[in-house]
Amino acid sequence: MSRLELRHVRKAFGRLDVLADISLSVGAGEFVSMLGPSGAGKSTLFQLLTGAQHGEGEMFFDGTPLDDHGRHFAFMPQRDALMPWRRILDNTTLGLEVQGIRRKAARARVAPLFAEFGLAGFERHFPAQLSGGMRQRAALLRTVVQERDMLLLDEPFGALDALTRTAMQRWLEQMWRRHRWTALLITHDVREAVFLSDRIYVLSARPACIVREIKVPLPRPRSLGGADALQTSAIEAEILDILLNPEPNPHSSKGHDHD
Amino acid sequence: MISVGLLLLAWELYATYSGIKSTTLPAPSRVFEQAMLNREALVDNAIPTIRATLIGFAFSLSAAFALSMLVDFFRPLRRALFPVFIVSQTLPLVAIAPLVVLWFGFGLMPKIMLVALVTFFPMLVALVQGYEATEAEIGQMLRAMGAGRWRVFLLARLPSALPYFFAGLRISITYAVVGAIFAEYAGAAKGLGIYMLNAKNNFRPDLVLAAVGVSAALTLTLFGLTVLLQRLAMPWERAAGQHPAGTGPWR
Repeated sequence: MSRLELRHVRKAFGRLDVLADISLSVGAGEFVSMLGPSGAGKSTLFQLLTGAQHGEGEMFFDGTPLDDHGRHFAFMPQRDALMPWRRILDNTTLGLEVQGIRRKAARARVAPLFAEFGLAGFERHFPAQLSGGMRQRAALLRTVVQERDMLLLDEPFGALDALTRTAMQRWLEQMWRRHRWTALLITHDVREAVFLSDRIYVLSARPACIVREIKVPLPRPRSLGGADALQTSAIEAEILDILLNPEPNPHSSKGHDHD
Repeated sequence: MISVGLLLLAWELYATYSGIKSTTLPAPSRVFEQAMLNREALVDNAIPTIRATLIGFAFSLSAAFALSMLVDFFRPLRRALFPVFIVSQTLPLVAIAPLVVLWFGFGLMPKIMLVALVTFFPMLVALVQGYEATEAEIGQMLRAMGAGRWRVFLLARLPSALPYFFAGLRISITYAVVGAIFAEYAGAAKGLGIYMLNAKNNFRPDLVLAAVGVSAALTLTLFGLTVLLQRLAMPWERAAGQHPAGTGPWR
């Protein structure tokens, strides 16, 4: 049973086609990635889901059409978007406060999670006092405590250095195994997508359409080396091949001709 | 501090040894001496100036804040109103000050108006620019959380504007003192401005300079207060200077 389902979603800004034809589904407790080149319009799709933009096509959640007030998603933006003027504790309660939960109750709900997110002892710090990895974990904590049906992760580790990023990917995979969030991840990092996902949608360059759906049957917990290394690199090579040798995009010519 | 000291020293030496008359250029020592002798009159005249500065500035601050919010919520207003405000900033104070005094008399009112006139626009621009400086992703995230425009304004846009607000405050508070003195210069019963004018007419440049010294001290004090206020209002600014925590495997 799929929770999120998109059918032929399109979006254009003026005459610029950004999303040509996106159909996808995300099942309950499934970790799905959208992988595509930078500027392919991946973030635009999240804007459609969160109601910041409106496009064409059909979007369903649990079988009912998505409308603006259907608040199903907890959204984690590209940069951590922590508020510099709020202490880490108050940053993580932000979503709960917006939901109308009193500050004290919100804090009580968030506080026990600090240890699991590697942030214990940093509740009273300001974001500027934390390293990039810690800030991202705080941002993820702020996202998951909202207890929405589904997580939308927009290149959450894009701004981190390579070593920190790898550490964060391992940590996220471990966290996901424990919590089994339904998640949709946007990324342009092939390894990240393969390491974290159950399924991957590979997107074309703009105007974006889905060129391939790839299942990642690797066992969890995922590892960087070990027995699955061969299979992992085979999947990575397949995806890289799709991305680097694109078939002619059927939508890009259409986008220019029909005016 | 050293540069100010050297300047005063050079001035003192020139005034003492060049043979220039003290009614033309008094030495700093004489200015200080006269300031001490006339300190009651100076304090007496500084109080109305301080009052005009603070009340006028409070007015302009409230107006700028209210209007900045209005403009932030209704964008078209910005294009309609800003040209008027920009023109208000091109009015020469020399010409407008006597007119305002003519219309509103010698009381507190014209001073408040002139102070507001010179400080309103910088504060408004600072605030509006500050709201615009809100990180787009914070706004998008808040809306995805279900926050309406008012919540987004309170939670994100207003705090984002604080650094801009304080930058504007530091500039405006110095304009405010100048504006008040100018208004008094154009006509007042009491105040540093009218005190300077009378001293000048009595050929007492030493007393003019003493009054200038008082206004400079007043401006510096107010400036210092805004810096202090900013430190108290934005504790995270200083926290940012400290070393980031969490190095090692967790990074």
